[in-house]
Amino acid sequence: MFDLTGRTALVTGASGGIGSAIAKALSEAGAKVALSGTREGVLEEVKASLPGEAAVVTANLGDAESVDGLVGRAEEAIGPLDILVANAGITRDGLLMRMKDEDWNDVLNINLGSYYRLTKSAMRGMMKRRHGRIVGITSVVGVMGNPGQANYCASKAGMIGFTKSVAQEVGSRGITVNCVAPGFIESPMTDVLPEAQKEALLGQIPAGKLGQGSDIASAVVYLSSNEAAYVTGQTLHVNGGMAMI
Amino acid sequence: MSDVFERVKKIVVENLDVEGDKVVETASFIDDLGADSLDLVELVMAFEEEFNIEIPDDVQENIRTVGDAVTHIKAHVS
Repeated sequence: MFDLTGRTALVTGASGGIGSAIAKALSEAGAKVALSGTREGVLEEVKASLPGEAAVVTANLGDAESVDGLVGRAEEAIGPLDILVANAGITRDGLLMRMKDEDWNDVLNINLGSYYRLTKSAMRGMMKRRHGRIVGITSVVGVMGNPGQANYCASKAGMIGFTKSVAQEVGSRGITVNCVAPGFIESPMTDVLPEAQKEALLGQIPAGKLGQGSDIASAVVYLSSNEAAYVTGQTLHVNGGMAMI
Repeated sequence: MSDVFERVKKIVVENLDVEGDKVVETASFIDDLGADSLDLVELVMAFEEEFNIEIPDDVQENIRTVGDAVTHIKAHVS
């Protein structure tokens, strides 16, 4: 439906459940995709499963230098970048009273810090070309909060504020900056939840089921498209109705 | 080096969409040529590429007029 033929996209966290679904949807829409992550073997498998041209660019998002070089390496592989999807994220759950500084710092640095660094390095080329699509994958809990995830929720809420600010800065240059906020999506991150907790969760979701990676990917494809040119600074919630914001 | 001004002028005319005769050494990018803060960032990026130099952040803050830009570029291109 949305045609991304001739566009290029960098997807971080592309070895994960949601990230690989995003890569697949962008590829199916016609975009050339650079897949970033830490697990090269998995990334190669994702690459092989895509219908279109793709490249693997590994990076350690906890390392500032590695992040700063990532957009450049992606552009060497697939050409000037049209679309950045900052999807990589980690959790280090625990009640605040027991949270270690390291757990706080790692989550903020990888989830929010890498979004800042990647956006900044992608922006230069996008400004010159007067076109760009930046999509940050945040989370419903960035808006709602969640006990045991103060660090994760802070990082995800931070992404939303960052997105709104940058969207205002570069709106006049044909660049949009938006977030997609998944609810509970079937992925390795939600697989670890106890069965009883999953049941309780489902009771709060009007759709009556967990979401799929492809549900998130469709939202990303839309925000990456020409059709979404007038949508910026927004957070698109994809959560089966569990939070109506 | 005399063509630095002409090259700067060409970039300013293209980036800010202004008449060439308004681009004089004393013209302020913001007050006289209608640039906003993002335009200034883009101008500096364009200067850096045209002259193959890097203009540090603290220098960028001091570039307010066309003449400032020419002076800084001349100092960095050798």
